[in-house]
Parts: sequence; C-alpha cells; structure tokens
Amino acid sequence: MKLSRQLKTDLTGYVFILPNIIGFLLFTLVPMVFSLIISFTDWNYTQGFGNIQWNGGVNFVEMWGDKWFTDSLINTIVFAVTVVPLTAVLALVLAVVIDRFCFARLPIRLAMFMPYISNVVAVAIVWVMMYSPWGPFTRMVQMVGVETPPQWLGDYTWALPAIIIMTIWSGLGYSVMIYTSSISSLPRDVYEAADIDGAGEVTKFFKLTVPFLSPTTFFLVITTFITSFQVFAPIQIMTRGGPGTSTHVLVYYIYTAAFNFYRMGYAASMSWILFVILFTITLVQWRGQKKWVSY
Amino acid sequence: MTYSVKRLINRILVTLLIGGFAFTMIVPFLWMISASIKLPLDVMQLPIKWIPDYFYIENYKQVWNIGGAAIRDYQFGLAYYNSVKIALINLAGSVLTSTLAGYAFAKIKFRGRTAVFFLYLATMMIPPQVTLIPKFVMFNWLGLTGTHLTLILPGLVTITGTFLMRQFFMQVPDELRESAHVDGASEIRIWAQIMVPIAKPGMASLAMIVFLWNWNNYLDALVFLNNWRLYTIPISLTNFIEESVTQYNLVMAASSSALVPVFIIFLIGQRFFVKGLMAGAVKG
Repeated sequence: MKLSRQLKTDLTGYVFILPNIIGFLLFTLVPMVFSLIISFTDWNYTQGFGNIQWNGGVNFVEMWGDKWFTDSLINTIVFAVTVVPLTAVLALVLAVVIDRFCFARLPIRLAMFMPYISNVVAVAIVWVMMYSPWGPFTRMVQMVGVETPPQWLGDYTWALPAIIIMTIWSGLGYSVMIYTSSISSLPRDVYEAADIDGAGEVTKFFKLTVPFLSPTTFFLVITTFITSFQVFAPIQIMTRGGPGTSTHVLVYYIYTAAFNFYRMGYAASMSWILFVILFTITLVQWRGQKKWVSY
Repeated sequence: MTYSVKRLINRILVTLLIGGFAFTMIVPFLWMISASIKLPLDVMQLPIKWIPDYFYIENYKQVWNIGGAAIRDYQFGLAYYNSVKIALINLAGSVLTSTLAGYAFAKIKFRGRTAVFFLYLATMMIPPQVTLIPKFVMFNWLGLTGTHLTLILPGLVTITGTFLMRQFFMQVPDELRESAHVDGASEIRIWAQIMVPIAKPGMASLAMIVFLWNWNNYLDALVFLNNWRLYTIPISLTNFIEESVTQYNLVMAASSSALVPVFIIFLIGQRFFVKGLMAGAVKG
C-alpha cells in the first residue's frame, strides 16, 4: 500500500510533535479544564473526590466579600503598579546612560544582572537579614538621624514597600539587558542627523531614544506586569502575608487556600480571577500600544 | 582638543556614578559571602566588618557536613544533588521535545498544525497557578506524590521552548530541507543531521533558561515535595532558616553555595542567556 504524499507528511508531523503534545495535554490542557470545573464547586480536598459539589458561580461572588481576598487583590495591584513603571523607567535610563557614557559596560551590566539570576529563596533570605533590626538598612536610617527606625518587614506600613524595593532590585538587571540589546539596533544615521541639527542629549533621549525603544518598553511592561502579579516566593519567605494583611497577595492566598486549608474550589476560582486580570491587562495594553508604541 | 578632554572627564565621572550604583546592587551578595565566613556573633556586629579578621571556613563544612563537622546534618548535599538532577533532566527533555516540535511546526506542512499551534499560543496566557491545583490532585491520585516525577514530568515540555525553537527554524531557508529531500534523506535524518546542528545556538538559549527556571523553581517544589529526601535547594534553604534562624553564618554559607553555580554558568553562557530570556520572560 502506498500512502499519499500529504498523509505521509501528516504522519511525520504528528510523530515530531507527539512527545510535545502529550506533555501539553497532560500538564496544561487537562489541568486547565479540570481547574475551570472545580472553580465552580466548593470542593474541599479533605472530602475526597466523591464530594465535589457544584455550587454555580458562588465562589466568584463570595470572594468579593472576603476581606483576605480583596486585601490581597489591592496589595497585588499596588505591588505591580509600583514595580512595573519604576523598573521600566530606571532600566531605560540606566541602559541608555551605560551605553552612551560609560566605560566597562559589560562588568556594570553583569553586576546589575546578578540579582535576577539568583535563587529567589537565597536572595529573600539575605534581604530578611538586611532588613532585620540589626541589619544594614536599619543602621543606615539611624545614621541619617531617624531615632525610631521602622521595623521594615514587621511594620504594617513598611513591609510591602520593603518587598517592592527588593523586587525592583532583583528585576532591574533583566530590563537593562533587554533594553541594551534593543539599543544596539537603533538607527545611527538619525542620531547623526540630530547631532548636526545641534540636538542635546536630553532632547535626543526624549525625541529619539524613547520612541525608538517603545516596542521594547511595551514588551517589558507586559512581561513585568505578568510576573509582578504572580509574586509569591518573597512573600512566603519574608512575611507570610503579614503583618496583618499588609503583604497578603493573590498568589499567596491561592497557595494558602489550596494547600493549608484545602479549599481547592475557592483557590481555583481565585486563580481564574488572576488569569482574567492578566488577560485583560495584556489586551488593554495591546490595544493601547497603537497610541504610544512607534515602529 | 579641550572638547574631547571634557568628554573623557564626563565619561569617567558617569562611569564612576553608574559603577557605584551597580556596586551597591551586589552589596547584598558581598554581605552574604562576608557573613558566611564569620562566627555567628560577628555577623550582626556593627559597623559591618566586610573582610573578617579570620576566615571561618568551618561554616561551609557544617552546611555540607564535611568530615562530620555538622552538629545537625542538614542534608544540603542531597538537596544539591536533587536540584542538579531535576534541572538537567528537564533541560535535556524540554530541549529535545521543543526542537522536535518546533521543527515540525516551522517546516513540516502537516494538516492541523496552525490549529494546534494556535492552541499552544492561547494557553501561554494561562498563569501556572491555574494548573497547580489540578496537578496536585492528579499526582496524588496517580500516587506520584513523594517522587521527583511531580517536577520532572511537567517540565519535559515547555510551550515557551516550543515557541522559541519554532521561531528559530522559521529563519532556516526551505531550500536546505528540499535539497536533502531530493537526495532521499528521511525527515528524521534531516532533523538530526542538518537542522539540529544549525539550531545549536537556539538550543543553548533554551537550555539556559530551562536550567534557571528549574534551579529557582520554588512554588512547585513547595507544593509537591513532601519529605527531606526529595527537597531541592530552594526548599532546603527555607528549612535551614526555620531550623537555625539564629545561625546567620550557616544560612549565609548555604545561600552562597546555592548561588555560585548559577553565576558561573551565566558568565560562561551569557550570550545565549540574554537571547533565551527575551523569549522566556514569563515562565511557562
């Protein structure tokens, strides 16, 4: 029997993607569908499979009256809305300045990049110690003349900012690297023309560099938004959501609801809220990019 | 002349300023390393003595339990082995599956490939937290909890990797494959002997981000690994801090041990690393 050419191509193609498809089905698609189903139940894991009770969309209504959830959501938003723009602006300025006015560019970039590739747990542990009442941060503030320095991670007001500072520190190098790789493809002739016209550095930065790099900024803003909304490890290690609910974030609540209280249904519905937020942010930014991203 | 001298001075000043900033960014690491070779009481001593009078290497011996130095064995060596094992298996697995599928999606014109690829892209937006709970339930049901398969099996296939390799193969000209076909080479031979050698830079980028993801994977390890024999470095480190919270020096020695290999790998392969990070900014 002779197979037709197209059928042979089809079979070859399927053989090539088979291992990939199996992994995708088992660990992405099936869990996704399962997650969506249990998000409409009040299933508690300790009750076993037999007791999965359909409760319609009750979870999705109930959570808005749950102070832990609303506080987590607000904290996550505050976290992301602070981390994302600060990282982007700092990284853009640093990348441009390093590229144009610095010697030893590579060592400088590598130093900034080190926190990003570091094990998040090791990094969080080091920062816990640095924020401790005997640590360098407290010491620094004392030296400036503050008599009662904040308790940082133990302080209701300062805990979230403390984690935000650490997150910006750890992610900055990544954004600098990405900006740097885009800067190398900036059109030189345009800058030369600007030089002839007598444009200053600041003018060139705002009129040329910022618009030219806007696609990169767009990419970075979307990806750092997504990763900021998924912040978990620093919270789990440094504050466990406390003090009070001051650092309680969405993924931390999903984790505790599912694996400390075994409220699988409720946790699953929260994870879908996270998806809806990420999806909306990406969509809105995608729509909005036409206004500020120039190619 | 004076203009260029002024420029040079400006450059030096800016380098000093930015260099100083970059230096403050590695201060936490310097503090960590410095604390890792101190006696416990000296760690929090003020002002900070960056280079201690005596290098207390005993800390590392205790962490690694070398020569029975540890008062309590933290099994850090085992955690290290587990982390390396899982990272390498997933690295090999995901590079293989991604290279195979990426090639097929880019070059083999089988029916349904657009539909399947679109499905892949659609799920890229799903955060990993969504599938975490079902995976936990599934692994319990299959009796896989208490093994490393809980971290290995899902790690063998990455959508980002498939996407990255597909992009890579799209740039390879079709003529290469067609002329090999004319010579009678089978598809798998074309893949193995022509395409894989071309794709090596892409594979290297992918390998580095997969290694990094696995080495730093915390949430999955926290959920799936339920006893000390299975612990990976991130989990082992958190246990460390819970059990010996006052022994900052030991905690810092353990943290230093966890960070060094990644720095070395990164320095060797930073060229591939940055490319891979562009593609794999978001884990998935």
